[in-house]
This record gives sequence, C-alpha cells and structure tokens, in this order.
Amino acid sequence: MLNKYPLWKYLLVLAVLATGLFYAAPNLYAPDPALQITGESSAQIIDERTLGRATSALEEAGIAHFGEVIDPGGRNALVRLRDAEQQLVAQARVQRALGDGFIVALNLAPTTPSWLSDLGGQPMKLGLDLSGGVHFKLEVDVDAAMERRQEFYETAIRRALRDERIRGIVGREGDLSVTARLRSEADREAARTLIADNHPELTLERGGDGDNWTITASMTEQMRTEIANYAVSQNLTTLRNRVNELGVSEPLVQRQGQSRIVVELPGIQDTAEAKRILGTVANLEFRLVANLDAPESEKQRFEYRSEDRAGSFEWLERDIIITGERVANAQASFDENGRPNVQISLDGEGGTLMSRATRNNVKRRMGVLFIERKFRTRYELQEDGSEKAIQIPYDERKLLTAPVIQSALGAQFQITGLDSPLEASELALMLRAGALAAPISFVEERTVGPSLGAENIRLGVKSVQFGLALVVLFMILYYRVFGVIAVVALAANLVLLVAFMSLIGATLTLPGIAGIVLTVGMAVDANVLIFSRIREELRDGRSPQMAIHSGYDAALSTILDANITTLIVAVILYAVGTGPVKGFAVTLSVGIVTSMFTAIVGTRALVNLYYGGRKVRTLSIGGV
Amino acid sequence: MKVINFMGQRKLAIALSAVLLVAAIFSLSTRQLSWGLDFTGGTLVEVHYSESADLKAIRSTLDTGGYAGAIVVSFGTDRDVLIRLPQGHADTEGTALVRLLEDSFEGTVELRRIEFVGPQVGDELREQGGLAMLMALGMVMLYIGFRFQFKFAVGAVAALVHDVIITLGFFSIIGLEFDLTVLAALLAVIGYSLNDTIVVSDRIRENFRKLRKSDPLEVINISLSETLGRTLVTSLTTLLVLVCLALLGGEMIKGFAIALLMGVVIGTYSSIYVAATVLVLMGVSKEDLMLPVKEGAEQDELAP
Repeated sequence: MLNKYPLWKYLLVLAVLATGLFYAAPNLYAPDPALQITGESSAQIIDERTLGRATSALEEAGIAHFGEVIDPGGRNALVRLRDAEQQLVAQARVQRALGDGFIVALNLAPTTPSWLSDLGGQPMKLGLDLSGGVHFKLEVDVDAAMERRQEFYETAIRRALRDERIRGIVGREGDLSVTARLRSEADREAARTLIADNHPELTLERGGDGDNWTITASMTEQMRTEIANYAVSQNLTTLRNRVNELGVSEPLVQRQGQSRIVVELPGIQDTAEAKRILGTVANLEFRLVANLDAPESEKQRFEYRSEDRAGSFEWLERDIIITGERVANAQASFDENGRPNVQISLDGEGGTLMSRATRNNVKRRMGVLFIERKFRTRYELQEDGSEKAIQIPYDERKLLTAPVIQSALGAQFQITGLDSPLEASELALMLRAGALAAPISFVEERTVGPSLGAENIRLGVKSVQFGLALVVLFMILYYRVFGVIAVVALAANLVLLVAFMSLIGATLTLPGIAGIVLTVGMAVDANVLIFSRIREELRDGRSPQMAIHSGYDAALSTILDANITTLIVAVILYAVGTGPVKGFAVTLSVGIVTSMFTAIVGTRALVNLYYGGRKVRTLSIGGV
Repeated sequence: MKVINFMGQRKLAIALSAVLLVAAIFSLSTRQLSWGLDFTGGTLVEVHYSESADLKAIRSTLDTGGYAGAIVVSFGTDRDVLIRLPQGHADTEGTALVRLLEDSFEGTVELRRIEFVGPQVGDELREQGGLAMLMALGMVMLYIGFRFQFKFAVGAVAALVHDVIITLGFFSIIGLEFDLTVLAALLAVIGYSLNDTIVVSDRIRENFRKLRKSDPLEVINISLSETLGRTLVTSLTTLLVLVCLALLGGEMIKGFAIALLMGVVIGTYSSIYVAATVLVLMGVSKEDLMLPVKEGAEQDELAP
C-alpha cells in the first residue's frame, strides 16, 4: 500500500483551490462609499457641468472625493468618497446643490480590479441586515383586480346595449359575472349575439322566467387565474419602474408566492420617501360629469381632492371611460399661461375609447378621479378578551379636476387645474411609473440602519475568527500532523465557500454568517470520522499505510450518508423558507458540498504527499 | 478498546427522555412559545442613544405620545433600546416614534432598525415553518429507509422529533423569543442530530454484518463505544464555535446560537440513546441487515 495519488488528482485539487482563491479574491477589495446621481426623469441628462456642481459642493464642505464617472448614456454618475462617515452629509450637500431635478442616492462602488472582474469575479452581495437598507413585502389585492375587470365588463355591456338601443338593466352578480335583464326574448337573443361578438371569452347563460328574460355573462376560472397573474406581474413591472425612479443602486424587486412582491432597497435611509413613491397606489378614472337631469342610479358624488376646494363636489356618471391602466406616459409641464399641467398619452385602445366618448360630448365636462388605497383599522374582540387590530383597505376616490372638453380628445391630451408645479410633477410621476392593475398594501417592512449593518459584519467576522481559532487549536492538539492537515483543509473549505457564494451571486446575510460558522464546526466532522477510523485500524494492528487506506475507505460511505441527509434538510429549507431561513440554507448547502471535497479529497492529497510512497513506522495522529 | 454498556442504562435513558419530553410538552401547551415579531406581527424599533438611556423616561414619553402598550427593553447594552408595538399601529409609525424619541432627548438617538410585520404574514410563517419541518422529517425518513432499513428510519426520526420537541420546550420554559432565525436554527438541529444518528446507525449496520455476535444489545454497545470518540470530538468542535457565536455574535444572533447549543447537546445524547433504544425496542436483528444480494443469488438458482 503506497497511498499515492496519480498526478492528475494533485493537479485537480490545486486547480480547484486556485480557482477558489481567484473568485474569493474580490471580497478582499472593500467597496468605496459613493454617491450615485440620477436624473428624476429619463430626459434629464447628467453632463460634466452637473457633475462639476456636485463636486464643488463637496469641496466647499471639505469632503474628500475621487474617481467621478458619468456612464455613457448620461443616465447616472458616480462620485466616490474617502470616508463612509461623511456619506450622509455629502448626500445632503449634493442634493441641495443640484436641486429637485436629480436624485442623489447612497451607493457602495465596487473596487474589484479589472483583471478579476473581466473573468466574472465579483464580491459577495451583502444582505440588508449587513449593508443597511429597507425591505418591503407587498401584497397585491387580486380580488380588487377581479372586481375591476367585472366593472369593465359591466360598463362595456351596458354601453353596447345602449348603442344598439336594446333596453335593459345591467348589473354585477356574484364575483365573476354580469347579468343583463331584458324585456323580451327577442331582446335577449339580440343581446346575447352582441355580447358574444364583443366578448367571446365570456361564458353566456340564458335565464329568467315569464316576462323576465336574463342573460348572464361569466368569467371562467382560467380567466380568473390569468387576471390574477396579470395583476401581479403588472404590479411587478410598475414597482420596478418606481424603484428605478428612486435611483437606488442595486434594488431587488421579486415576486414571492401567489400574490406577494418583495422589494429590497439597500442603502436607503429615508424610508418615508421610499414608501411614498412605492406605496401610493394611485390610479385614475376618467368619467363624464353627469347631466343635471340624470337619475340617481346613473351618477355618483365625488369631493375634490385639493385642499382649497375641500367640501365642494361634482356628480359624475357611473360609467368609466378609461382607467389609469391605459395611460402610456405622463409628463408635468406648463401651458401657455405658465400654469402647471400634466400631459397624458394613452395607449391605442385608450385613445379609441377616449375619442369615442368625447366625440359627441364636446362642451360637456370630464371628471378625473384620483384613487388612493388607504386603510381603516378596526378592532375586533378576540375570544380570549384581547383586541385584534384588523386593517381594512378601501379605495378613496377624489376628484382631481373636472375640465370642460374643448374638442374631441385622442390619445394625447392634457389635464389642467392643478394647484402647483409640485403637484403636477407628483401626479405625472405616479402616472408615468404606470398605474397599478390592482391595489397593493404593505404587509412587512424592515429597516436596518447602516451602523447596525456594519456592527453585524464586525461581530460576525469576529465570532468566525474566534470559533475557527479554537477549532484549529483543538484539532492540532488532538490529531497532531493529521490535525494540521485537517486545519489546512478547513481553511481551503472557507475559501471555496466564499468563492462559490461570490460566483453564484448569493447574498450574504447574518444567518448566512451563522451558517458559515456552523459549517466550520461541522466540516471537521468528516475528518474526525476518517481520523478515528485510522486510529481504530492502527489499534487493530494494521500497518500505517494500510490504516490510512482503509480508514478513508471505511469512513467514506458514512460521510456520504450523513452529508446527503443534511443536504436534503438544507434543500427543503431553501425551497420552503423565506428571507433569513433561505440565506442560512444557501450557506449550509454550499458548505456541505465544499467541505466534502476538502475533507475527503483535499486531506487525502495532503496525507499522501506527506506519508505516501515511503516506509512509515508511526503516524502522528494523537493518542491511539 | 473498552466496550461501555450503554444499553444497560437504557431504562434510565428512557425515563430521562420521558421526563424531558413531558416537561417540554407541558410547558409548550401551558406557557406556549414567546413568538417573535416575525410570527405575531407588529412593529419593532431598535434605537441607539448617545448616552445611557432612561427606560422609564422613554416609557412615559411613549405613553403620552400615543403609544400605550409599547414594550421598552434594553438590548445588549444600556444605550441600545428595543421598543415593541403591538399589532394595530400603521406601518408608518415606526419612523414617527423615532422622531418623538429624538425630540424628548438631548443627545442623539440613532435609528438602528425598524421592522413591521403585518398580521397575515405571521400565520403564514407558522404554517410554512411547520410544513418545512414535516417535509424535512418525511424526506429524511424516506432516505434512511431506502439506504438502511425501516427500523433505522423510525429510530432516526424518533431521535429528531425528540430533539426538536425538547429544544422547543427549552425555549418555552426559559421564555426566549422564537423568531425566524431560531426556526432556522431548529432546522439546523435536525440536520446536525441526523448527522450524528446516521454515523452511529452506519456503524451498527456494519457491525451486525461483520461481527459474529447475534445479541443486538452487545452489537449496539460495541458500535456506540467505537463511535463515542468521534461523537464527542465533533460535538466539542461544534460547541466551541457555537459558544463563540453566542458570546460574540451580537444580540441578533444570540437566539440562533442558543437554540443550536441546546440542540447539539440534546442531539449528541439522542444519537447515543434515543435512536439506538428505539432499534432495541423494535427488535432489530442480524436478519434485518442481510445484504439483499443473497436473495438475488437464490432466484438465480431457481431459474431453469
């Protein structure tokens, strides 16, 4: 028994280790604190002059900066700072110097040298608990989307019947259907053909008795799922747009489960601002102002939104011309008299609907409703006597303006009558970012201040260092030369773990650090198994070389079984868990895989190098 | 090597486990767990004062400021303060609260973190956590049943359930907060305890096949004695690291470390006593572990 590896095995271990060192290296380069400057609207280009204003503001405040760059499109610029402590002050200074047209965000600029980044080397991303920032979880109200779609069908069917002069009453029924009550069987058949032509996706059913003929149009279950999915994915897009408006460096907007969306904004400090932009669920409805003689059943009363018109109201028709979903773009600007307005562009269908509705109604007025999602808190007495707060969402509809329709409107028109340029730009921002298909609400929010994040890193690193030192000490005292070999393998394991996490772009969180610490503790287990086997073999009187060989062989299946079962647990954790549990599962599973390699193949290579191919009388493996 | 008569003490071990389990279940059903914010919903604010903070003053400030029912405790040091608001406060109130504290204090109040969890999330988490635990147990049982034998799977899962219930009971008795990171720790305990149990089971299987002894108690004793050194060394290294984590890792990771510490201690005990005792109770024997190759050989002979 010679215990020699073929050359290729040594080379393999070396190659893996070298690759590991290479991809772990970017983590050694600490990122620079930086400011990221973006224009508030996409039209806002950042040039040398803007950057000059920013840097001179910094110089005035005595804040050291370097490495300013504007990216090729002029969409954003980066200013690196020497001192992280000054980041907040610097942000305030630059924001004041540049004014409202720009967003100045905190950022961490990577300092990875290009020879690393060219080959895909990148530092590990830090989770919010380590870098500081905001985490939101939002719930999309899918039912509201469904209701909105039902409303759309109600309006469309009512209008179609009226246009064809078929008299009847159209109303919503249940969750999924719209029913028309008609006067005669002939009317019903006409209505049926009409609805079937206009909306082939609906299932139609005749009903009624005697002098009461009805036709019920229902959405199918499949449509229901589609609407829900559409609502969530449209919200996702909208939120992405809005997050981009916030100018955050590396935001995360991700769907989670059926109807949840997770938004993570690293480095953000002003959570109020972030929530205002993300959370304001704004939508628009365009409806005609009702004629004075219109019956009560066809009109609704709405109050004005602006404060100086508080209390006054208008009666609007129940029929909706279009909603904010049809809005393709919106921009704040000024009319010829210098008054603020919002220029709105609609998509194709929106334009058609708008022109059809306004064509015959010139000189009438059109109301623009602003819809915001708000919450009412109700307290409910529980069985055990405690009170439970229940938040009930509701839509607040207020009138923005009710201008006279000057001429038939098309896909492009403008809303005037806004209080201030600020209001105009705010409304435009909401509309441009896209109206939400369904209301969203915040169900979870976590903010971690930057100092806590830094402290978490410090403490995490410290405990890893101490834990590692103790394990190293113990292993060397207990297993001598074999202990040293196990320790080298442990170090290699940490390098590989960090390299792998960096390479797959995994995010390091506090529970992730805990996972690494646990891996350190457990990674030696494989070596402990092997070494105690070798000791046993020696006790049984085998020769040292033979003991090494059969020790590794016998321990292998045990190690595999033990690690595979743990890996099963880690994978389930990843699949079922969220947030911190996921972070922990990632490090644990990566740690299991890398530790198997280093503890089995890695240590064997070292043992073979040291003991292999020669006559050995005793092994330095501690007391046998 | 000296063979320790582990199984001779198995009645004692059964009694000890029974006492621990009953205590844990009793505490879980009467005191329950002190669920953390992740599960209950509500708002949590951590702030750092520039000078040592007067908790009484903060409480009265909050009471008069419209945050009755706020729980104020110091967090690690006397300058770090943790404030918990029950459910029912809007998600925006965390920031308002910090502003209120700033106004009523001469030094600076630094915001460390705000967490807001809505009521619907908590229930879901509890469901998900339970589901994860059951799934993990089920899959593990399948794998062990496939790799070893059914009786071993029962033994391993019994040890896991034993460890999880006792660790949960420990949290309930001590009154430590049970949050998401503790849940992660608990699932890691499953992984760890399993690791231990499998190493022992592996040796029992090997010895049943290798040794010419047919007394299961003796075989199990020999196997446990052989693996004892390894069990203790691994537990020791893991414990070393966990103690570092508990003492140095900071407040946010403490619960995690304590849960794992407890789990590792219980897991080490259960891999020696619980899994093996269940094997004895189920009457494991040499025949259970015969290599299936023999059956195949017989069938070959029967073939024409």
